[in-house]
Parts: sequence; structure tokens; C-alpha cells
Amino acid sequence: MIGWITDPFGEPIVLRGAVELVLLGVLSGGLGCWIVLSGVSSTAESLSHGMLPGLVGAALLGIPLLLGGAVGLVVAAVAIALVQRSPLTPDVATSVVITGLLGAGVLLGLSPSAPAGLGSLLFGDLLGVSDLDLALAAALGVVVTLLLFLLHPTLLLTGFDRLNATALGRSPARLDLVLAVLLALATLVAVQALGTLLVVAMLVGPAATARLVSRRVAPMMLLAVAIAVVASVAGLAASYHANLAAGACVVLALAAAFCMTLAGRGIAHVVLARSAA
Amino acid sequence: MTGARLLVVDDVAAAYPGAAVPAIASLTFEVRAGERIAVLGPNGGGKSTLFRLITGELALGGGRLDLTAVRCAFVPQTERSRLDFPVTALDVALMGAVSRMPWWRRPGRADRELAREALRRVGLAAVEDAVFGSLSGGQRQRVLVARALVQDAPLLLLDEPFSALDVTGAERLELLLRELAAEGRGILMATHDLDQARAADRVLCLNRVQIAFGEPAAALTREVIERTYGGAIVDLAAGAAALLPTHHHGERR
Repeated sequence: MIGWITDPFGEPIVLRGAVELVLLGVLSGGLGCWIVLSGVSSTAESLSHGMLPGLVGAALLGIPLLLGGAVGLVVAAVAIALVQRSPLTPDVATSVVITGLLGAGVLLGLSPSAPAGLGSLLFGDLLGVSDLDLALAAALGVVVTLLLFLLHPTLLLTGFDRLNATALGRSPARLDLVLAVLLALATLVAVQALGTLLVVAMLVGPAATARLVSRRVAPMMLLAVAIAVVASVAGLAASYHANLAAGACVVLALAAAFCMTLAGRGIAHVVLARSAA
Repeated sequence: MTGARLLVVDDVAAAYPGAAVPAIASLTFEVRAGERIAVLGPNGGGKSTLFRLITGELALGGGRLDLTAVRCAFVPQTERSRLDFPVTALDVALMGAVSRMPWWRRPGRADRELAREALRRVGLAAVEDAVFGSLSGGQRQRVLVARALVQDAPLLLLDEPFSALDVTGAERLELLLRELAAEGRGILMATHDLDQARAADRVLCLNRVQIAFGEPAAALTREVIERTYGGAIVDLAAGAAALLPTHHHGERR
């Protein structure tokens, strides 16, 4: 059993992938909690999907993916903001824009001059992470963890009582901006490993799982980090043994953690109700 | 009234950005230490607008608003608070301390002790670790009062604090507010309940403009009540009376 878990990490590229997942788990577990608690999970998903044309454009032009991704994120954010002015409800307008951007990205990616496979941009390339990817994930992990630690009381106050946050000396708009920037940076860093379609699973999945069983935010954040690290590394080990796509297995492991927690919570409720009756 | 002046409002008016008509106008009243003032008016009459002016969320459109108390604490309606948020009663009370700190500071042991003391003060020491959303309406309202106590403000603003409470909860809160006033705090509470207004030291009747300000026995005449609610009082059998309101519309916040 122990061999089953440790064997894959004898391979240097799998070990690098695992290190990247640990760093991304620390980065996105805590931040993801505020994304889930602020109810902006769908925005996170839209942004990550909408950045595809930027990534493909960078691959076509031969400039760093990070730069292309950043431009793609800004374009997606501006497009989402613009369609909010339409008479449609925000989710409808956003869906149209995001699927449009995704289509444009696929079209560019399938053009004859596109160098890299479209697949690695859509689904990431966990086993091909570079030293730069690892360094960026580590640096951003430190910045995000420090900011979330310092901002914790303010995030708690504003999240709980947004309507009266101003009367309590805090600015919800400023905090939204900080969270949006952190979300954009986290997406940008994680997209190299998990791709535009799967990256949001890391940001939202562990936090959503932790929310199911947490009564307070700080333990929820620690639990989300633990779930993100353990489930994603387990997913990577499984992908090695089954010879399946690494990113997809990681995302499935995160989803399985959520489903098992949800089921366990349901069973616990039934048992508690029975024993109380 | 002999207490020190905490708040002086002189011919104040205010309008929401882009609105042609002022939300409130011609307000002239004061709050002194140790008194409970009821702000009586219909929905949309300007009670919340007045509070937003005092907390500084809305800019003054005219007149003078002198807040000598420096700090005032706002107690919102618990019906508007998020019940799904993972915070305990102690976490919420502690937010009162956070409101006095710069963004990078975290509350320390002394702040935690202050928050515990405030929860004891409102009779909720036993539930400090309970999740806010799991408490009763009355308990939640008292947790929000505890948060205001931790803010250590001489002036408390309460937005319809009794609206979600059962009789026991309302009696408990009423007693607590009397105690807080007796300690020298000024209390300004919005209500549309005439009985609550009658129980206060002074009452401010508001329907977009100030209708009356004074002690309830003198201020709450039949004409003032009719003008405050924009309706007519109908005399019923056996000396009872009912107010026929003419309109209901949402209150802007």
C-alpha cells in the first residue's frame, strides 16, 4: 500500500507535479474559501475559461503564456463587465461571452500555425511544469497566505455583514478588488498545470468540501488546504498507476472528496436524527 | 434632559445620488447621554436614511450634523444578516473591536476579553461558541448589540431592533437598552411600533420631513400620528383605534 503511494514520486516529473500540487493547494485552499463564501465561484469559472484566447494567442506569437494569460484575463474581465449593461440577467450575458471566448480560443488553437497542442492549454500539463511555474506558485502562495492572514478579520467582517461594513469602518468595494486581483493571479499561476477548463476545480472544490463540515472560517481554510493537497496528490498517484491524464485525475479526486464528504454528512445527519428520536 | 449632548442635528436634509426629491428634510433634534429616542415613521419615511447620515455613509445635503460623541455604533436588523456564514457569536462580537483597528491589525487577547464581556452583558455568555445563524432572532439581535458595545460607542443606533423578536426576546432587549441608557449611552432606535415609541424618553416622528420631536406624551398627538403615517386614524368600538395606512413602499438603504 505504502509502495503504491510512494512509487510514483520516485519519478522526477511526477515528483515535480506533486510539488506543484502542494503549492497550488496551499495557494488555492485558503483563497478558495473566500471565493466560495463570497458567492463568486461562477465568476472564477468564467474568468478561467475566458482567458483561453489569451493563452492560445501567446502560444501563436511565441510570447510567455503567463503574459498571454494575463491579457486574456483582462479581456475576459472587461467583456464580462461590459455585458452586465445588457438587459439580460448577468449569468445569461456572462455565459454567452465566455462560451464565445472559449470558441475563439479553440478556433485559434486549431489553426495550422498553432505550435503547442490545444489540449495542454485546456487541460494543463501537470507533468511538464517548469522551474518558473514552481517558483511562481511558491511566491504567490506566500503572498496570498500572508494577505489572507492579515485581512482575515476584515474579510470576516465584510463577508458576514456587507451591508453595514462601511459603518464598521471597512470598504467592501476595496476588498472585492483585492480578492479579484488575487483570484486572477491564482488562476494565472495554476492554469499552467491544470488548464483553463480544470483550474477552477482546485480553487472551488476543496473550499466547497471544507464548507460542508466547518462551523468557523479559519478551520475551514486549514481543512480546505489539507483536502486540496491530499486529494490532488492522491489523484496524481492514481493517474500514474492507471496511466491516465494527470490533470483530469486530480480534478476527479477533488470531486470525489466533495461527494464523499457530502454523503458522509448526509449519513451523519440521519444517524444523529435517529439516535435523538 | 440633563445629559451631555451626543448628537446635534440642525435643519438637516439629504438626497440619494441622482434622486430629484430629498429623502429627508427639515430635521432638527438632539440626542443626549442617557436618553432613549425612538425614531417613528413608516417604511420609506427616512429612518434608515437618517442612520446612514449619522454613520457617514450618506453625504449631508444641507444643514448641520454635529456628532460630539465621535463614535457611534450601528445595530442592523438581524433579519438582514447572513445566517449561512460560518461565524460564532464571539466572532461577531469581536467585529466591534476590528472596526476600531487598521486593516492589518488582528484582534488580540484583550479584544477577545472585551467581546466576551459584551456577550456576558447581553446575557449570551453561554452561547459564545454557537454559530450565529443557529441562534434565535432575539439572541442574534443581542449579539449585534454586543458587537456595538465592543465598539465602545457612546451613541447606539438601532434599526428596528424589535421587529424580529417574540415577546420574551423583546422584553429582554427593552431591559438591556434601559440599562445601557442608564449607564450614560444615548440610544436612537428606529421603529414603526407606537407602543415602542411611547416607552422611549423622547420621540422623533419622521415622514420624509420631521413631523414632531419631544416627549411621547406631548408629541404623539392624533394629528402627529396621522401625519407621520400619512393615513387616517379610525375610531373603533370600545375606545380602540386603528390607523389606515395609505401607502407602503420599500425603504431605500
